[in-house]
Amino acid sequence: MTLTGLFVIILYITGNLKVNNIVTMTTVKSRLIDNRWASMHAFFASILVWMFANPAQAALEIEISGGSAIQIPIAILPMTEPANAPGKSRIHEIISNDLKGSGMFRVLNTSGVPSLPTTAADIKYTDWTALKAQGLSIGEVQQAPNGNLKINVQVMDVLRQTPLLQSTYTVPASQYRHVAHLIADQIYEKFTGQPGAFATRIAYVTKAGKRFTLQIADYDGFNAQTLVSSNEPIISPAWSPDGSKMAYVSFEKKKPIVFVQSLYTGERKVVANFKGNNSAPAWAPDGSKLAVVLTYGANSQIYTISADGSNLQQVTKSSSIDTEPAFSPDGQSIYFSSDRGGRPQIYKVPASGGSASRVTFEGGYNVSPRFSPDGKYLTYIRNDGGSFKVAVQELGSGSVKLLSTGSQDESPSFAPNSRTIMYATRVGGKGTLATVAVDGQVRQRLSEAGGDIREPAWGPAQAAPK
Amino acid sequence: MNNNIWKIAALALVLTACKSTPMNPAKVEDSSVTKPISNSQNNGNDGSAGTNKIDIKTVDVDSGKDQLSAAELAKRQIFFDYDSDAIRAEYKELVANHAKYLAAHPQTKVVLQGNTDERGTHEYNLALGQRRAVAVKNALNVLGVSDSQIETVSYGEERSKQNCGDDDCFQHDRRVDVVYGQ
Repeated sequence: MTLTGLFVIILYITGNLKVNNIVTMTTVKSRLIDNRWASMHAFFASILVWMFANPAQAALEIEISGGSAIQIPIAILPMTEPANAPGKSRIHEIISNDLKGSGMFRVLNTSGVPSLPTTAADIKYTDWTALKAQGLSIGEVQQAPNGNLKINVQVMDVLRQTPLLQSTYTVPASQYRHVAHLIADQIYEKFTGQPGAFATRIAYVTKAGKRFTLQIADYDGFNAQTLVSSNEPIISPAWSPDGSKMAYVSFEKKKPIVFVQSLYTGERKVVANFKGNNSAPAWAPDGSKLAVVLTYGANSQIYTISADGSNLQQVTKSSSIDTEPAFSPDGQSIYFSSDRGGRPQIYKVPASGGSASRVTFEGGYNVSPRFSPDGKYLTYIRNDGGSFKVAVQELGSGSVKLLSTGSQDESPSFAPNSRTIMYATRVGGKGTLATVAVDGQVRQRLSEAGGDIREPAWGPAQAAPK
Repeated sequence: MNNNIWKIAALALVLTACKSTPMNPAKVEDSSVTKPISNSQNNGNDGSAGTNKIDIKTVDVDSGKDQLSAAELAKRQIFFDYDSDAIRAEYKELVANHAKYLAAHPQTKVVLQGNTDERGTHEYNLALGQRRAVAVKNALNVLGVSDSQIETVSYGEERSKQNCGDDDCFQHDRRVDVVYGQ
């Protein structure tokens, strides 16, 4: 597939709204505006792309450990760029970091090549076959009218000496990094046959002093924006399956209450505010309802509730703790953690209620189940002799692997392409985010300059070009 | 949105009716028991209001009880062992004091806030904190406090000290806070 087309995308950010002087919300709207161009390129007509204009607050600290046994050697050459190109990282560096971080690519050092080509006609293929490169990317960034940038990229198949990809994006300068991620996604898919997950978003909670904020950022932590902030705790962010809403738990009323907030309009609804605790929201795959945990009786039990707060139904009925629900991708089952057998383990129950059956048998303590979107894996946290680590269980074979190396790792969630898991870890007494490939081969860390960062949730895939 | 809140509230009421022990509306409505008799209310009773207050000695039958309670109610934290919701013997008296006060003041409401140390996941700790709050609630119930006076909530590990190195530090986080309503 060759992507050709033209994006014209503009971001609107309305100011902060003060709510009760405790909670501030940021409304973020994005829309595809130039219909003339959009209709000329029907290919992209249905795209609604997310954008962020705030300065980066967190950034990926590329600290890669390990690597896949088979890595595709690729050369990502510097593009011709205007002197005032935005940001500190150049587009080829962002693409390179994405590909390296996936563990699937070996980005070649090109310092030994005498002259680097900037156009397809300049490419001396013998230079690149000598380096065993399978792919080679070149391109240019140009100023375009109305402060836009026109970014053109070409990726060549070095062995066949033919173009694999050619794409042109015309975007506001604020979309520079986003375009780099889109290009990395195209390269990833071209060479691995699977979709990339670089042009994706994550949500997480930061704590700085007494201030909790729920933020949304690019997958690498750049372009962070605040969705909600509060002097009381915020936990358990959960993306709606279409990526347009966020469910989360806020303690702003001195007790845990489940809210759902629209990312686009900022509209904020109470979904569950019953006596006691209301927590652990998890969306059904069709987005129509959520599983929540209520303590209406005494112990934490799992219920389902429509996204508008109606139609409450009890799913588990036990005298133990049942919490951390997660819908299976087919929507038929809810997996959850429970101490009904003494120590906490993961169980599953039909989403409409019924009898539960145990899912985890290895290890004395397994919690926080989350599915891979392809339904092949379950990730969760295992207490492994006093240290909490990310585990992944292949649902077909039942085989389990411990993936992380920290001692207080929490909140694992899968990338939309099911290849990578993001989780919270502690480094130097401070919460940070990390990713690990599902095969355990590659790890990366996300660091933030300021406060503590926790509870990541990887957002769904963005609407794909149709 | 308001509509939804009312729906939720209505649902909560339905659930209350289903779940909890039958409420005693008379008890809830009975404000005379709980309202402390203030000086201004007494002025009319002794027939010499206004003119010569210095010589008047007001007797408030409830105030002594309230003061006694206030002193005994000063302690509002119950600490727990690791991964346990058992109320330790040393806190029986503290719980009894709060129970006595609440039983005598059926309009007073209390929120029991459960807390845990930071080890474990946020949501699991939220459930553990809840279990501790419920343990205290059950103890209050046994001593005659009505369900309608008590709400149990959990903060889980959200108010824990961070980077505790040992149990001396962790143990402060494993507690239930008794928080009185207005």
